[in-house]
Amino acid sequence: MSLLTYAPALESTAPAKIAERYDHFIGGKWTPSASGTTFFTTNPATEAPIAQVASGDPRDIDRAVAAARTAYDKYWKSMRPAERAKYIYRIARAITERSRELAIVETIDGGKPIKESRDFDIPQAAAHFFYYAGWADKLSWALRAGRIPESLGVVGAIVPWNFPLLMAAWKIAPAIACGNTIVLKPAETTPLTALFLAQIIEDADLPPGVVNVVTGDGATGAALVAHGDVDKIAFTGSTEVGKIIQRTIAGTEKSLTLELGGKAANIVFADASLDQAVEGVVNGIYFNQGHVCCAGSRLLVQENVHDAVVERLRERIGTLRLGNPLDKNTDIGAINSRAQHQKILELIASGVAEGATLVQAQAELPEAGFWIPPSFFTGVSPALRIAKEEIFGPVLSIMTFRTADEAIEKANNTPYGLSAGVWTDKGAKSMYVAQRLRAGVVWCNTFNQFDPSSPFGGYRESGFGREGGIAGLEAYLADK
Amino acid sequence: MILSPTTDAVMLEARAATFAKRSIKTESKREAIDLAIRCIDLTTLEGRDTPGRVVTLCAKALAPGEGAPPVAAVCVYPNLVEVAKAALVGSRVAVASVATSFPSGLSSLTVRLADTRAALDAGADEIDMVIDRGAFLAGDEARVAREIAAVKDVCGAVHLKVILETGELGSYDAIRRASDIALKNGADFIKTSTGKIGTSATLPTALVMCEAIRDFQRRTGERRGLKIAGGVRTTKSAIAYLVLVAETLGDAWLDPALFRIGASALLDDLLMQRQSGRTGRYASVDYFPKD
Repeated sequence: MSLLTYAPALESTAPAKIAERYDHFIGGKWTPSASGTTFFTTNPATEAPIAQVASGDPRDIDRAVAAARTAYDKYWKSMRPAERAKYIYRIARAITERSRELAIVETIDGGKPIKESRDFDIPQAAAHFFYYAGWADKLSWALRAGRIPESLGVVGAIVPWNFPLLMAAWKIAPAIACGNTIVLKPAETTPLTALFLAQIIEDADLPPGVVNVVTGDGATGAALVAHGDVDKIAFTGSTEVGKIIQRTIAGTEKSLTLELGGKAANIVFADASLDQAVEGVVNGIYFNQGHVCCAGSRLLVQENVHDAVVERLRERIGTLRLGNPLDKNTDIGAINSRAQHQKILELIASGVAEGATLVQAQAELPEAGFWIPPSFFTGVSPALRIAKEEIFGPVLSIMTFRTADEAIEKANNTPYGLSAGVWTDKGAKSMYVAQRLRAGVVWCNTFNQFDPSSPFGGYRESGFGREGGIAGLEAYLADK
Repeated sequence: MILSPTTDAVMLEARAATFAKRSIKTESKREAIDLAIRCIDLTTLEGRDTPGRVVTLCAKALAPGEGAPPVAAVCVYPNLVEVAKAALVGSRVAVASVATSFPSGLSSLTVRLADTRAALDAGADEIDMVIDRGAFLAGDEARVAREIAAVKDVCGAVHLKVILETGELGSYDAIRRASDIALKNGADFIKTSTGKIGTSATLPTALVMCEAIRDFQRRTGERRGLKIAGGVRTTKSAIAYLVLVAETLGDAWLDPALFRIGASALLDDLLMQRQSGRTGRYASVDYFPKD
């Protein structure tokens, strides 16, 4: 055996005690669905069912919203902010204490490599609770001078399957720090860590109903959006669903923040440190199998270094290890679901059919589960579907440009505007380009850097409202 | 001389950190330990070195213990080359000698070349030279290049390792530049450090040097080696370097012909880990002879 074929280094699943069945968490109590129906959540790496989860319908949403309303009126709205902070700190500490268990569950339920759930998702989730706990009693400084912060009421939060616990944390932490109560609807394919978080919240003795978790599919989410007693909807997911939500709540008093899709450009100039730029490109598109709304899915490379970059990228994806997500050496895990797998395959096929050149890492794909090797297309024209549509998979479209202005124009030529990357050794050039990119986040000589203190969000069809930082508080406060 | 590419610290260090996170277990770990032992330049470079001490070191180099393979070379000062040569006669363990007024390199080129010749005359199989960092930092790259070429000229077919003393160069860009100069002018290996200053080998430094070696091979088709030295004391860190080399240069470089670790204390830790890998238990350090 060559050293390169690292022996399996499997994370033990022993610390994660996953129950056979989970109910909704409503008003501090574990409550079966009104309809009694359940669905299975499965491991996308094996296709084996993991647990049975309650399937919520409008009656469950109604109960959860009522519990959140009661908790808001009775406890949370009028609680001294410093007391609220104590509860949130308690949640943060418990996530840290149970981080190993949460990482394992996240990986089993969603297919992402254990090294990512261990080193990114779970620590970031804890960091968000720590960060917003600190804000709870300092909200008078959160808004512009002269405006008084006031909570909104009951928040309905719908989160996606790509970073299940982290996205739940992005919603819950600022919402409850600002004095709101919340009903969370996790994604159908990845409900488990939200339910583990509900256990943590139960153990932290939060007043019943401050945080409620109702599991289910899109219909459950739609019921939450449509509910008359919800004051605010916070949604992270596809642009398609975001538009439906916006239409649904038009004419109501609900406030809304949307964090939607993206088709980010990673712009590599000839003067960039090319090896390091390639690292950023790899991180930008293959992190979490490309299931990242801010993924750098379009690579715009200056034409005179196109071949050098492609050669490096081709070599580099050969070193990415695809396989069992519980193996600590796995870089590329499983695609989250059969449906997503089909969608990615369909888009790859369209790229081939439309004449782009496909390059894929030579990876041995496991028999069961959903897998796509790290892939990129060269010879992509901006008119192709793979250049325009969000693939949400490990598939990169490479295009070239000649001048900085051409790169900016191409980068902005998309209905999205969530993130972008600029790679150059020249500081003035990176500022020039960053100022002209219509994207909520621009990373210079790095990619996918996150911190709770840094706001994140989109332009245009990537959504509105910011999460993280002071800006993230505004989404959960009314101003007087 | 072609331009050297720039190196950006942020993603370089991020990438370098991933090598230490690879989890090398069971069979792979056993293989890695024996490979690391085979790649060691077992080194003693102290003012108090004596013939007796070098003989002891050579014995350990030949038979580290418990069936472990011999190391690649023993590395000593020129005055002790003959002693080492005699102690290793008939074996495949090479004798490497530091030369060129190690560790500072700050004497005349005549003296440094004479130093090199003396080591070669005494029978050295490999020469570890230092570059003139003063000249490099002052911008006199041409002089650095000339001197490396002159030493290589004296060495002829004898393997030349060029020590960049990366801890004194001040930036990754400078390390990359020095690597390119050394490779262009006859270095068979580029080597990180003398081990005589505070900052020795680091993973990002080694990564920059691997990128230079990889690009040199792309340009010329020739394979050149990497030697890391100084500060590698544990099995864990040695394995991180093996992972780095494997993932950047490829399998072919996992060989003492192209990769070396200059170390002394590291061997003891490798032997201890080797034994625990075979028995499942850690023995007391006193079961492992000190040199």
